Amino acid sequence: MSEAPSAVIELQAVHKWYGDFHVLKDINLQVGKGEKVVVCGPSGSGKSTMIRCINRLEEHQQGRITVAGIELTSDLKNIEAIRREVGMVFQQFNLFPHLTVLQNLTLAPIWVRKLPRKEAEETARYYLQRVRIPDQADKYPGQLSGGQQQRVAIARSLCMKPEIMLFDEPTSALDPEMIKEVLDVMVELAHEGMTMVCVTHEMGFARTVADMMVFMDRGEVVERAPPKDFFSSPKSDRTKAFLSQILAH
Amino acid sequence: MASEEASLPVAPARPAPWRDPKVRGIAYQIAFVAAVVGLGAFLVHNMLGNIARQNIATGFGFLRREAAFGIGESLISYTPADTYGRAFLVGLTNTLYVAALGIVLATILGTLMGLARLSGNWLVAKLAQIYVETFRNIPLLLQLFFWWGLLNKMAPGPREAWRILPDVFVSNRGIVFPAIVANPAYRWIAVAFCLGAIAAIGFGRWARKRQAETGRQFPTGWVGLALVVGLPLAVFLAFGAPLTLDRPALRGFNFAGGSTVSPEFTALLLGLVVYTGTFIAEIVRAGILAVSPGQSEAAMALGLKSGQRMRLVVLPQALRVIVPPMTSQYLGITKNSSLAVAIGYPDLVSIANTTMNQTGQAVEGIALIMAVYLTISLAISLLMNIYNRAVALVER
Amino acid sequence: MTDIAQNIPIAQHPPAPRATGVLGWLRANLFSSVFNSVLTVLSLTLIATVIPPVVRWGLLDAIWSAPNGAACHSGGACWAFIGEKFRFILFGRYPVDQDWRPVIVVGVFLAMILAACSRRMWGRRLAILWFVGLSAIFWLMAGGLGLTHVETALWSGLPLTLILAVVGMLFGFPLGVLLALGRRSRLPAVRAICVGYIELIRGVPLITMLFMASLMLPLFLPAGVTIDKLVRAQVAIILFSAAYLAEIVRGGLQAIPRGQIEAADALGLSYIQRTRLIVLPQALSMVIPPLVNSFISTFKDTSLVLIVSLFDLLGATEFALTDANWQGFYVEADVFIALIYWSFCFFMSRYSQMLERELNRGRRR
Repeated sequence: MSEAPSAVIELQAVHKWYGDFHVLKDINLQVGKGEKVVVCGPSGSGKSTMIRCINRLEEHQQGRITVAGIELTSDLKNIEAIRREVGMVFQQFNLFPHLTVLQNLTLAPIWVRKLPRKEAEETARYYLQRVRIPDQADKYPGQLSGGQQQRVAIARSLCMKPEIMLFDEPTSALDPEMIKEVLDVMVELAHEGMTMVCVTHEMGFARTVADMMVFMDRGEVVERAPPKDFFSSPKSDRTKAFLSQILAH
Repeated sequence: MASEEASLPVAPARPAPWRDPKVRGIAYQIAFVAAVVGLGAFLVHNMLGNIARQNIATGFGFLRREAAFGIGESLISYTPADTYGRAFLVGLTNTLYVAALGIVLATILGTLMGLARLSGNWLVAKLAQIYVETFRNIPLLLQLFFWWGLLNKMAPGPREAWRILPDVFVSNRGIVFPAIVANPAYRWIAVAFCLGAIAAIGFGRWARKRQAETGRQFPTGWVGLALVVGLPLAVFLAFGAPLTLDRPALRGFNFAGGSTVSPEFTALLLGLVVYTGTFIAEIVRAGILAVSPGQSEAAMALGLKSGQRMRLVVLPQALRVIVPPMTSQYLGITKNSSLAVAIGYPDLVSIANTTMNQTGQAVEGIALIMAVYLTISLAISLLMNIYNRAVALVER
Repeated sequence: MTDIAQNIPIAQHPPAPRATGVLGWLRANLFSSVFNSVLTVLSLTLIATVIPPVVRWGLLDAIWSAPNGAACHSGGACWAFIGEKFRFILFGRYPVDQDWRPVIVVGVFLAMILAACSRRMWGRRLAILWFVGLSAIFWLMAGGLGLTHVETALWSGLPLTLILAVVGMLFGFPLGVLLALGRRSRLPAVRAICVGYIELIRGVPLITMLFMASLMLPLFLPAGVTIDKLVRAQVAIILFSAAYLAEIVRGGLQAIPRGQIEAADALGLSYIQRTRLIVLPQALSMVIPPLVNSFISTFKDTSLVLIVSLFDLLGATEFALTDANWQGFYVEADVFIALIYWSFCFFMSRYSQMLERELNRGRRR
C-alpha cells in the first residue's frame, strides 16, 4: 500500500449525533491527492452522512475535518472556500429545472468564480462534450432521461474545476440500462487523476477504479483495504457478512 | 380483379340516426339548451310582469338622475346633487382603493408571516402559527365588526382621543395624523424619483452586461436603492428641506387640520389585511416548501452563497407555485371588500344598495355590481394565465 | 493509510451535554445567531406587552355577574353580559318556551357531523343517518305533527348557521358534481353553459348572490307566489357553493388517468355507468380534504346572511348588542362567538389534515 503524499481530505475522530442518536462514531479517514475511495455499507450505516460532512451539508459535532488544507469549521469563509474546491453529485441529480442545461452549468462559475459569461459557456460546452451530450445544451432538465440528467449533473460540478469530487450513490436512482453511461463517465474521470470519494453499491465499478475500499456499518469505519484484499480476503466478520449479501446475486 | 375492387376506399356504414352518437350529441344539446332557455324565458316573463305590476322603472336611465344622498368619504368630488352614475363611480373608486391597498399590505404581512413560520427560531415560528390559526378560522365579517367596534364605539370622542404617536390621534371620528402641505418642491422630487428609477434600471443593465463580459459583479441592489432614494433626497435638501406638517389640533369638538381616515375604512382595511394575510402566509410557506431541499443542497455544494441560492434557485421555483393561488387571494380581497356594506364604508355594493333602495330598480343595480366584479375577476384571471404560460417548466 | 478491521461495534455514547437538554434546545432554537437572538428578544417583548393587559382585562378585572349594563362598566371584561345574553345569542328569536327544540337540533347536527367524520361509517348507513337526522331537524325547528309551529323568520342563532351551512353543502355538492361533469363534456353547448355559470358565480362576491336572492327572486316568481326569506338565502348559498365545489371536483376528475376511462369503455360501460362506477368514486375520494375545507369556508360564509336580515349566530349577536340595558359590550360578545366559530373551524381543519394524511398513506404518490 502506498503512502499518500499529502492528504487532501482528512477526518480525525469525527463524531456526529442526530439528537441522541450517535450516527457517526470516531471516523478517521485520509484521502490523498488523486486517490479514489469507494465507501460501501448497509443502509443506515452513515456513509452518506459522512461524505455530506465533507462539504458541510451536514455538521459534525466532534473531531476535525480538513479539506484541501482548509479546516472545516462554522466559519462561513472556510465553508465557502471548501465548497468551491469540492464537487458533489447527488442520487437525485438535483438539476435546476427552471434553467436550461447550459445555464445549469454556467450558474456557479459566473456567480461564484465570477467568470465572464463567454468563458463560462465555453467551459460548459467542453464538459458537455466530455460527458457525451453536447447537443442537449439548450434543453431543460425535464426533457432529458435519467442517465442524461446525471451526466449533466457531473458536468455541472466539473465546470467549477474542483480538486475533489464526491459521489453520493450516483446510480441508485437510475434505470438499469442507464447506469453504464454514467459509470463510464466516472471511470474516465478516475483515469484522468481526479480525487474521488464514492458512496456506491456498484462493486464492478469499485473493483475497476478504487484505490481504497472503506466499509462502514452502524456509524463506524469497520474495514479499510485495497480492493484486491477487500474482496478476496476481508478481515472482519461484518465485512464478510455484507459482501456475501451484496455479491450473492 | 379483386385488387381493383379493394383499392376503392370504403366508408363505414352509417348507423341509424337514433344510434348515431353525433346525432344523439346534438339532440342532447338541443334539449339542454332548450331547457335552460325555457327556464330563462319563464323567469324573465315573470319578472317583466311583476315589474309592470309594481310600477318599477326599467332601464339604466336612473343613472342620470340626481342621487340626493350623501357619501361619507370619496376619492373624487361628490355632492348629493350629483347623479346616481357619479355615485356609482365614487363607490367603484372606493372599492378599488381599499382593494389595492389591501392587496399590497396583505402581501407584505402574509409574506413576512409565511417566512416567519419557516424560521428556525421556535418562538417566531410559533407566534406566526398562532396568528395564522387564529385569524383564519374566524369569519371575516365578525373580524370586521370587531375592529369597527374597537375603532368606532370603544374609541373615545375627539376630546379624549387616544394618542398613539405624537400628533397621531385615534378617536371615534377616525384616525387623524399630520398631513404634508403641498409644496412646489415636491413636483421636482417626484421628477427626481422617476429619474432615479430610470437610472437604477439603466445601471442594472450596464452592470449585467459588464458581468457577462468580465465576470465582475457589482452590488446593483444597493446602488439602485441609493439612486432611487438619494436623488430625491438630494433635491429635497437642495430646496432647503421644505417640510411643513399640517398638525391636527383639537378645536372645539373635533380636530382641525391634518388628514383623517375614517373608522370604517380603517376597520375594513385592517380586517381584510389580517384575514387574507393568513391565507397568503400559508401560500408562501407551501411555495417555499415545494422546492425540494435537494435544490438548496445542490446550490450549496456548488458554492453559492445563501442570498444567491435564494435569488437564483429557490425563489424562481417557489414563485411558480405561489403566484396562482396568490392571485386568487387578490381576487378574494376585491370581492370581500363588498362586506363594507355591513360597516358603513361607502364601497360599490354599499352605494348600489342605497341606490336600489331609493329607485327600486334592483335588477339593474345588481347587474351593474356583478358586471364590475366580473370584469375585475376576468382581468386578473387573464393576467394570471399569461404569467402561468410564460413560466411553465418545460418537460417531456 | 493502514488497513483496519473491526469486529466488535463501537458502543453508542451520548453527545456532549452542551448539545442537549434545555440549554441545548434554547441555544439551537432561539439564540442560534445574532439575528435570531434579536428576533427572540423582540418576540418576548411583544408577548410581554400584549399578554398582561389582555389577562388583566379578561380575567383579573372582569365582572362575572351584574344586574344590568350600567353596573358592568369597569376596566375589565363584562362576562355577565354573556351570562345574560347567551341564550339569545345562541338561539335568537326562537320562542323561549320551546328552547329544548333548538338545543336538540344542535345536538343532532353535531352527532351527524361526527358520524360523517368516522370513515367506518361511510356508506349507506351514513346516508340513512343523515336523512333521518335532517328530517328530525326540520321537524323540530318548524313544528307540525304534535309540535307547535314556529315560522322560519324566528329561526335564528346557531341552529340557523348550521342549517344554512349543511343544507348548502348537501344540495350544492350534487349540483357541483353535475357542473364539473358538464364542464368537461365534449358537447360544446353544455360545456359553455357550465363554464359560464361557474365563472360568473366565482367572479362575484357572495353578497351579490344574497342580494340577488332576496331582491330579485321574488320578481322571478309568478304573481302571488311568495318565497320564504330563509329559503331565498339558502338557495343563494347553494348556488354559490356549487360553483366552488364544481372546481374542486373538476380537479379530481382531471387527475384520473386516461387509462381508467379507456378500460371502462373497453368493458362496454355506458357514459353514465362509467361515470357513476369508475370515474366519480376515484375523483371524489381524491378531493375529500379540499371538500372539507370548502365546508369550513361555507360555514364561515353563512355569517353574511345578517346583511339580508336573517339572524344567524352573528346576526343574533349583533341584535343582542342593541339592548338598551346592556350597551357597549361589543368586545365580549365578539370574543364569545369568535370562540364558537373558531372551535368549529379549527377542529374541522385539523380533521381535514388528518384525513389527508390517512388517505395519502394508502395511495402511492
